Amino acid sequence: MSTWHEYLSSGKPLPPWPYPVRYGEEQRHDTDVLVLGGGIAGSHAAINARRAGARVLVLEKEAAKWSGNGGAGVDHWLSACTNPSSKVGPEEYTERVLEDCGGYDCGPLRYVVARESWDTLLDCERMGVRIRDKEGEFEGAEFRDPATGLLFAYDYVNRAELRVWGHDMKPRLHAEMRRLGVELLERAALTSLIVEGDGEERRATGATALDTRTGAFHVIRAKALVLATGLPGRIWNFSTEYRSTFRDPNCTGEGLAAAWRAGVELARIEESFGDSGALAYVAYGVGNAHNTWHGCPIVDAKGREVPWVDRDGKVLATVEERFRPAPGQGFMLGEGLRVPPSYENQNKKLAPDLPERIRKGEFELPLYADLSRLPERERRAIFGLAVGNEGRTRVPVYEALTKAGFDPDLDMLEVPLMDPANYGHSNFWAGVGAPQWRQWACGGALVDWDLMTSLQGLFAAGGAVYGAGAHSSAAASGRYAGRRAAAHASRIASPPEDSVSTEEQLAREKRRVYAPLSPLGRPIGWKELNAGIGRVMQDHAGAALSEGGLREGLCRLSEIRESEAAALAAANPHELMRAHECLAMLDIGEAVMEASLARGASSEVLNFHRLDRPALDPPEWRKLLVVRRGPAGTESRLLPLDWHLKAPFAPTLAENYESRADQYSGTAAARGEEGAR
Amino acid sequence: MKETYMLPNPPLPNRAVDFDPGLCNGCNLCVGICRSDVLMPNPAKGEPPIVLYPDECWYCGCCVLECRRPGAITMLHPLNQAVSIVWKRRSTGKSYRLGMKNPPPPNLRPPSS
Repeated sequence: MSTWHEYLSSGKPLPPWPYPVRYGEEQRHDTDVLVLGGGIAGSHAAINARRAGARVLVLEKEAAKWSGNGGAGVDHWLSACTNPSSKVGPEEYTERVLEDCGGYDCGPLRYVVARESWDTLLDCERMGVRIRDKEGEFEGAEFRDPATGLLFAYDYVNRAELRVWGHDMKPRLHAEMRRLGVELLERAALTSLIVEGDGEERRATGATALDTRTGAFHVIRAKALVLATGLPGRIWNFSTEYRSTFRDPNCTGEGLAAAWRAGVELARIEESFGDSGALAYVAYGVGNAHNTWHGCPIVDAKGREVPWVDRDGKVLATVEERFRPAPGQGFMLGEGLRVPPSYENQNKKLAPDLPERIRKGEFELPLYADLSRLPERERRAIFGLAVGNEGRTRVPVYEALTKAGFDPDLDMLEVPLMDPANYGHSNFWAGVGAPQWRQWACGGALVDWDLMTSLQGLFAAGGAVYGAGAHSSAAASGRYAGRRAAAHASRIASPPEDSVSTEEQLAREKRRVYAPLSPLGRPIGWKELNAGIGRVMQDHAGAALSEGGLREGLCRLSEIRESEAAALAAANPHELMRAHECLAMLDIGEAVMEASLARGASSEVLNFHRLDRPALDPPEWRKLLVVRRGPAGTESRLLPLDWHLKAPFAPTLAENYESRADQYSGTAAARGEEGAR
Repeated sequence: MKETYMLPNPPLPNRAVDFDPGLCNGCNLCVGICRSDVLMPNPAKGEPPIVLYPDECWYCGCCVLECRRPGAITMLHPLNQAVSIVWKRRSTGKSYRLGMKNPPPPNLRPPSS
């Protein structure tokens, strides 16, 4: 007997809400650095701000021990350019990443990550995370360095990317936060930023939050804040019934929505990409050869192996070649970086003409991922190490499959049966969706070289920054943003005090937060509202955009605000939290549509297609689009893609970084530690 | 005979996670860490938690990792996912799927940790 239905059907009374209900009760907190979101970026920000001497409070919507998109574990550690075996330097690496994403990624963040990713991993090792094969489980493998025990991924020659045993990454970070005396405010969802002052003096001085179990109202005042709320989800696609398992469903954009309402500049938010959403298969849990399963042989129903090819389409004769650059190629960029591969840095891949070859009958469905054809250590690295440590795969895939009898030494895992067109990329678990089904791409807050946003005192890290990367990018950027926020806070003498305008702001916010307890009109639940907003986004901000469609879409969102959103109802604090996610989606949707209107040309790089502006990437639009909600409506501006190397900044990546790394005594190299270079 | 009640349809997924009442001691560690508050403490002390919001589960498996009693919690993929998790033994050509009635014996090799 486990479910609510079973509980009630056994004759027991309707169980009351298990936590004390404290709607409207105000709880005040005061700190130096307030970290919004305690996932991977937020945890590293908190730890490093605390190490720099600041008082730190982390606001976390979930339970901090395992929370966030990366909280369930990690198997690959990317951009570790300064590890002792790496043959790729941070400059070269960053320049290639920026080139590959068409220049639209965040230069400062990408460079900070390339400089500090390895040091951040050493921090994690000191917290108890295993990053080396000291026992020799993989001894003799080409991807293992005998001197350090480090295991490499994707490109075994250039070695900038690692494999790690990160299933307990988040509990280790959590323990470190507690050890250092970081204050954790858990099960509390951000609802707004507190902003004070005008013009040059305008700054973030705190935030408000809703306790997701008790419904209490938190007011937190701080000298500096770090936005680490990740990527908004559930904006286009929403179905709890057939949900895909790719991104944490609790990451819904309240952070960016609060930033938008506070007038913070956001960049690249017009971009979205296709998503099979609810129709995806279990991530890495069906036959595939992508990312965690990179290099796995794929065979057809008759046992014929689908070839792997290099960037020129040349068939690779051996398994080893899948992990080495092609002749004449510098280095290959790993998967999971969220940049499309360029010719220069492209990884080895499964034959991209597989769809036609299936249609012609050369390969017969179903296909299978056959790990048994790999050498034992490669097989174990994929299924035992990678699948066994990436959190969303350790239990849902490794444990579920092995308990049910799957043995990678003996069995082939079936690839789902789809239209042949969908076998063009080895990410087979992604499944097939509809063109208007989209997901958030790389949009986020615009930041400077301090990773500070356009709002003074508000820093950002991880997915909340535009054009960021995956787990190690969140970690290393959080580490840097935490230090910069602590430095900022240390320059502010006294904590912010409540003025009349603060009190007005808080009173207004409190009314907004509790409005779903007294819905106006015919009550509507959060799920129906989420699905309705999603449909507007699909229809008006989907794959085919136009000025008319976007303007209509803005009207729809605005109507929803006045009608259904005003009738939004919540039966308990949990539903009230979900209700606010939906209200945040209205802001996010509005921001996306405003940005989509402001970009006056289609773009292949940004997956952005305006029916009324079909020219692709004309030079005048190869610029970063920045939008903000100003006092009189949406404001937008275009920045050159190399804005971070133009005045007032220095002309090189290194100068900008090093001039701000003054307080940085955190490199392993600086400390002269073993394994540092 | 059991009483018949008016109840809404069971949600999809029905349960997402399942508790073994013989192993679970109702310590609520899983309730404490579930990111989505899928699980609620049972009003009766010592009893397994109630799966209140299975439709909000991410299938991250952290409840299983947090549990001190191996086997007390099982994460269950809903049928619309489990039907696609199929494998074939090379030596016999026989196919199996997650959730089938007579599965092969479990593979006891732990993940690399």
